[in-house]
Amino acid sequence: MPKSILAVDDSTSMRQMVAFTLKGAGYQVTEAADGQQALDIAKTRTFDMVLSDVNMPIMDGIELIKNLRALPSFKFTPILMLTTEAGTEKKMEGKAAGATGWIVKPFNPDQLLNTVNRVLS
Amino acid sequence: MSIDLSQFKQTFIEESDEGLDVLESGLLALDSGTADDEVIHAVFRAAHSIKGGAGTFGLNEIASFTHVMETLLDEMRDGRRAISKEGVNLLLNSVDVLRELMDAARDDVAPEMSRANEVQAQLDVLLANNDGQVQSADVSDEEQTGSGVSNSGSEQKGWIVKFRPHEHMLRTGNDTVRMFKELSSLGDMENSADLTTLPEFTLMDPELSYLSWTITLKNNEEQGDIDKATIEEIFEWVEDDCDLTIEPLFEGGLVETEIEPSEPVENVIPVAEAATISDNVKPIEEPPVENTSTERVSPKKKKSSEGGSIRVGTNKVDTLINMVGELVITQSMLSQMGDEFSMDKLEGLREGLAQLERNTRELQESVMRIRMLPISFSFQRFPRLVHDLSQKMDKKIELKMTGEQTELDKTVMEKIGDPLVHLVRNSLDHGIESPEIRLAAGKSEMGTINLNAYHQGGFIIIEIVDDGAGLPKDKLLKKAIEKGLVSPNENLPDEKIYDLIFHPGFSTADQVSDISGRGVGMDVVRKNIKELGGNVDVTTNPGKGTKFTIRLPLTLAILDGQLIRVGSETYIIPLVSIIESLEIQTENINSIAGTTEVYKMRDEYIPLVRLYEVFDVKPETTRLQDCLLVVVEGDGGKAGIVVDDLLSQQQVVIKSLETNYRRLDGISGATILGDGTVALILDMSGLLAMAKEIEPVRSYANA
Amino acid sequence: MSNIQDIVGDLDALTDENADQYLTFIIAGEEYAIDILRVQEIKGWDKVTTLPRTPEYLQGVINLRGTIVPIVDLRKRFNMPTIVYGPTTVVIVLRVVGEEHDRIMGIIVDGVSDVHNLKHNSIKAAPEMNGSIDARFVSGLTTINDKMVVIMDIDTLLNSSDLDLEDNVA
Repeated sequence: MPKSILAVDDSTSMRQMVAFTLKGAGYQVTEAADGQQALDIAKTRTFDMVLSDVNMPIMDGIELIKNLRALPSFKFTPILMLTTEAGTEKKMEGKAAGATGWIVKPFNPDQLLNTVNRVLS
Repeated sequence: MSIDLSQFKQTFIEESDEGLDVLESGLLALDSGTADDEVIHAVFRAAHSIKGGAGTFGLNEIASFTHVMETLLDEMRDGRRAISKEGVNLLLNSVDVLRELMDAARDDVAPEMSRANEVQAQLDVLLANNDGQVQSADVSDEEQTGSGVSNSGSEQKGWIVKFRPHEHMLRTGNDTVRMFKELSSLGDMENSADLTTLPEFTLMDPELSYLSWTITLKNNEEQGDIDKATIEEIFEWVEDDCDLTIEPLFEGGLVETEIEPSEPVENVIPVAEAATISDNVKPIEEPPVENTSTERVSPKKKKSSEGGSIRVGTNKVDTLINMVGELVITQSMLSQMGDEFSMDKLEGLREGLAQLERNTRELQESVMRIRMLPISFSFQRFPRLVHDLSQKMDKKIELKMTGEQTELDKTVMEKIGDPLVHLVRNSLDHGIESPEIRLAAGKSEMGTINLNAYHQGGFIIIEIVDDGAGLPKDKLLKKAIEKGLVSPNENLPDEKIYDLIFHPGFSTADQVSDISGRGVGMDVVRKNIKELGGNVDVTTNPGKGTKFTIRLPLTLAILDGQLIRVGSETYIIPLVSIIESLEIQTENINSIAGTTEVYKMRDEYIPLVRLYEVFDVKPETTRLQDCLLVVVEGDGGKAGIVVDDLLSQQQVVIKSLETNYRRLDGISGATILGDGTVALILDMSGLLAMAKEIEPVRSYANA
Repeated sequence: MSNIQDIVGDLDALTDENADQYLTFIIAGEEYAIDILRVQEIKGWDKVTTLPRTPEYLQGVINLRGTIVPIVDLRKRFNMPTIVYGPTTVVIVLRVVGEEHDRIMGIIVDGVSDVHNLKHNSIKAAPEMNGSIDARFVSGLTTINDKMVVIMDIDTLLNSSDLDLEDNVA
């Protein structure tokens, strides 16, 4: 059974890139365009990992992480933030909300895959 | 693994176009003071996404340019910087620069950076000189890479890592086992867990982390020396969720850093076992349920600056899929019926065919709807246009828009853009007066332009309304007489006088300004709109304002038509141009000057157009009393088209003659009828113009 | 074309980059050839829809799987005596290369005769002729089975400017 990943980003190109990269590596990827969409999906099934953008309309990444952590099935699921904020502020905010870690944008597919492999190994 | 990122670039550019529109409209809202927090957030988010994507997809000029914008926006968002007119204008200029850079990226050419550099310098100046409000935002976290210090000792054998997770660490989804695995991949690892902190089993919360670890990581020969930074990287995400020390390991093992409280040996268990415990602490890993992947349909992107793709809402696609499903069911039902058909199933067959027809029609409508986009795509450029131009002209103008969600065909939308811009510019330039004049006229100094859109029948109506001075009737008339378009003693009704502005080469501006005078006149506006099968009219109220009304078909792809027959030919008249159809009463036929035939219809005389003459085909009869009359309205007014017979009315799909041949006068296109033959669709305006030209000398027997 | 020699010759020509395949057809007893790569399909004659106020040789348009395709009657085009269209009357649908874009058009001919491989060096330049067709429309001459065959320049023959020039002759 391939590992499943929920990829959340309001940018289609980013989402496509992430999905394409991960699918190419044999992961099963589900996409969501904002936090609310992701949360709705998360309520119906589980994932091995969540990758989420931080700045999104409707529900941002931080809010999503808080909400996911409140779901029993996502209590310990690795949740990585995809963030351009190199500054510590956002990271800390995300950590406080329950994020596992982060991948700093811009990243290339190899970097993404390395990190994901590391976490899901 | 290497992935070609260019395949996502086009998507990125398209979504950035949308982002730029959000940026621009948000900035305009900020400028006019109507923005709330959500607007500034949306603006920031747009810039932020563009920056992130541009960096990822290798568009570095865009990334670095957007970075400066983002910094400025970030300060505005956090309230660290006041939103000034200067700042907003600079950001608007930045949007323009980004559009240029995006265009260059789209066409895969090196961007022209001079304007970008100039604007970026201005942004930098703005950012720099505002020291009063800004606390340096440079909280870079790059310093963590300092690693060389402890690497120097020649007898260093590796590292000792002491790792004490805070109780809640597991709740962040970080797993100690993963970290140990990674550490062990760096060199030879020994690990011992400190179990002294473990509570009584009954008091234990399985979600908390109680253990601490001392890990000895020895360099081995194959992998070479372990870099401290590599170890730090493994713990990067949990830095603040644990106590961590990483110290060099010298020969002889744990010399200086013996674990302080000496503990009972039996409490130090090998790592494998520890890992098991930690594994147990982890929640039960649910098997991934089903692969209900909900990927979005992403339309294939075409490489074209015109943007050959449409973003279609998933609901529209779902509707289509449902309909195709129904179609397939109907089809299989029919084919089953065909396999074992007997006469008693005739009724069922009829029903099936009726259903097939319904399915097909619904499918057609839905497919057409895919091409329908809200007119906001076209309207969204106007806030900026009005903002810029009113500044330039020192006028105060408020733009109000309604009906932005009104949908119309993408092709129509693309083609209506320029005429709309021209009309709005015209209202700005010639319509709205300067604040002084407005005040003197007892109006508020703020002028208003309304852009309205709504559906009416099979048409979309777009109105451009200003509360300006109105059209100068006397000036128009004077000019028309000067140009010889109107004779001095002619008594024109007001609407005809106002309509003169659409006459070729007619410009009322005393001086051609660079706002609306671009060598394109209102005649071109009308011509372009007519080419789309629409029309534009003007009404004006002196001193109160002017209203342009554009009427456009919703789509260029289908049309409701009346099939008519002339001789053995079938033609289609668009239903929208038909006023009525009637049998010809010979007593109502008159002729003017022996050539032009007119028909008296109520209190009007309308010219008769014998279609067979115009098109030079053989009619069934030339006796008018045996023919039918279709009264139509075209560009040149009303006319009665003489036809042999009226056939059915039906919706037809418009095909172009130009694909393989060329445009023909009086014909707007062709369609394929149910029997597979081609029928021509008549273009009323063109046809009436042709009819005027031929004016044949004809003698006919008047009854 | 049934003897072995011919077939072997054809095979040679197929792999020969100095030769091209041509479709030959008959109008008024004369044989003409066109580049077979331009031929989209060959159809039997069917009713066309006439276009008003177009040259007489533009017979009209047909529906070719949803596309409107104009049909030119070559006899009329070359001012040859017209005949009644019959079961052997054939429409050759061609791709015409234009300046702006390619077009699909059809030509009405009396009948299709054969496919030939013609070596480039077997095609001679057309002399100034006063034959039945204009020299502009001839791209070369060749000999097949001791008979002269005219290789037709369909792009010149069917290009838009030529058809448009005679536009609106009421």
